[in-house]
Amino acid sequence: MAVTAAVGHVTEGVEVRRRSWWRRRQRPLTYLVMVLLAIFFIFPVVAMVVLSLQPNETQVIADQDSIWAFFPRAVSLQNYEDIFGRDGVGRAVFNSALITVVTVGLGLVVNSMCAYGLARLQWIGRDVVIGLVVALMIVPFQSVSVPLLLIVNRLGWLDTYHVQIIPFVANPFFIFLFYQAFVGLPKEIEEAALIDGAGRWTIYRRIVAPLSRPTFATVGILQALFVWGSFFWPLMVTRGPDVRPLPVAMQVLFSDPNVPLGDVFAFAAVMTLPVLALYLGFQKWFVQSVASQGLKG
Amino acid sequence: MAVAVEPMPRYRRSDRLRRRGRELLQGWGFAAPAIVLLAVFLVLPFILAIYSSFTDQRLVPNPNLPTKWVGLRNYRRLFADEGFRSGLIFNGIFVFVVVPLQTAFALGLAVLVNQKLRFRNAFRTIYFAPVAVTMVVVAVMWTSFFNPSAGLVNTVLDTISFGFLTPERFGFLNWALDRHGARAAIIILSIWQGVGFQMVIYLAGLQSIPDSLYEAARIDGANPWQQFRHVTIPQLRNTTIFVVLSTTILAFALFDQVEIMTQGGPQDATQTMILRLLTFGFRQGQVGLGAALGVFYFVLVVVVAFTQRRLLKEERAVA
Repeated sequence: MAVTAAVGHVTEGVEVRRRSWWRRRQRPLTYLVMVLLAIFFIFPVVAMVVLSLQPNETQVIADQDSIWAFFPRAVSLQNYEDIFGRDGVGRAVFNSALITVVTVGLGLVVNSMCAYGLARLQWIGRDVVIGLVVALMIVPFQSVSVPLLLIVNRLGWLDTYHVQIIPFVANPFFIFLFYQAFVGLPKEIEEAALIDGAGRWTIYRRIVAPLSRPTFATVGILQALFVWGSFFWPLMVTRGPDVRPLPVAMQVLFSDPNVPLGDVFAFAAVMTLPVLALYLGFQKWFVQSVASQGLKG
Repeated sequence: MAVAVEPMPRYRRSDRLRRRGRELLQGWGFAAPAIVLLAVFLVLPFILAIYSSFTDQRLVPNPNLPTKWVGLRNYRRLFADEGFRSGLIFNGIFVFVVVPLQTAFALGLAVLVNQKLRFRNAFRTIYFAPVAVTMVVVAVMWTSFFNPSAGLVNTVLDTISFGFLTPERFGFLNWALDRHGARAAIIILSIWQGVGFQMVIYLAGLQSIPDSLYEAARIDGANPWQQFRHVTIPQLRNTTIFVVLSTTILAFALFDQVEIMTQGGPQDATQTMILRLLTFGFRQGQVGLGAALGVFYFVLVVVVAFTQRRLLKEERAVA
């Protein structure tokens, strides 16, 4: 905006002729650049979908480095049928969906409750907990992963769902995001409700939570993206296909040289298209949730 | 808790105390689930990481060999480890290449889609879309595009250069099979996936710059480039600090795409700290060594984060 708006205004003196040449061509050039960039960002997704619809593996290999990677020559769901016929693929979709839904569901409740207690109630130890939450935001998961593996191993939690869920429910950064939102809410409504005899739990459930829906959406999306794509931890704690989530299943499929490329693309599409559909539907929230990480500083 | 700060009428004191007691219980009640989970799954492993980095703790303990204190042995072994050093090198290269490139690219994209143009929302949607694609999928897709003989990237390069850019002539076009090619491939796909995130942060920064600053600059006769140089860039200082340092932290965490595409090869060219962490702590079961790497990694992240805070504070002090 800065650049174009300015060009519209500076039209004085000797610069007029040169600028008008530039001005006439600026729009088309800008669009050209933007379209080329759009192609750069979209082509892998298009190729993934187009090639996944090609049932003939020889054709997939022949088409993958040609223009036919972007225009479907065949439309068939054969590859999708094939991968869902494979051991563990349908299971992995179910596992990832279950783990994501449960983690996000529990996470929203646990983190927002904690934030409400910190933002609105006076209790001994509160300031210590706030300090601790802020300090813990900085600890990267990877740096505690090895001792955590030791702990869950002793607990006998390997190859379970809860080993992929429980450690990721509470998150200091999400508590912080909720805390900021709750502190910013006007106190008057809550005070009125208190005088009317409402309990704290009722106020949290019926007033604070509904008023903070945008924050719940933001945190939910952030946590869901994180859990859905999680690869490092499941690699360590899942061995068989029973509780294996999608990213690990993808690695297993991809590193098997006998698996046709068409199937790999179909599997990639299965992992990607639901998230992209949600992104297109709730774009505003996605962007907001990613931008909210800017608060972390 | 300052009980005596506000002198209250005596008859209301018991009320106040009762309310205080209730809030104490309620406060802990609301916070307890999160506190317990954080204590068990973050604080405890953190303390254990520091402790076991000084022991020869193994993942599967040997009953005949009790775990013992080994002092700094793990740290010495860590810095003597070839793989870990290669990891530091590639993490370093990755930071020095990706951070400036991705930051500049993101700023460029943000300026482009911040213009008053038709379809700008469509362009924003498309540029941001890769952020919604799981990194493992991104790596799988790009691994097939970077196939030296049958990949889209080399076909495009071959075509636009009329057959000049071929793997036979330029070794790095063998991508994952070549030391430099593998590094370049991982850098390219990482930028492709990550730049939309920084673009959104920059977009928010651009929109918070008051129009009056641009008006004043125009009255002073500043051309668009001068406005960008002397208004936009300085106004985006804090955004840039955040973008640069958060990208740096993400670059230290580099793992998913490497594990899928090269597993650290060829000849450790794309080795990373976290890949090594997985090898030590999980594949070789050497918890002590893995924990030492984790502690080192934590210190690195803390240094970056404190640099960020220091820089942001200076800004506040100046302003």
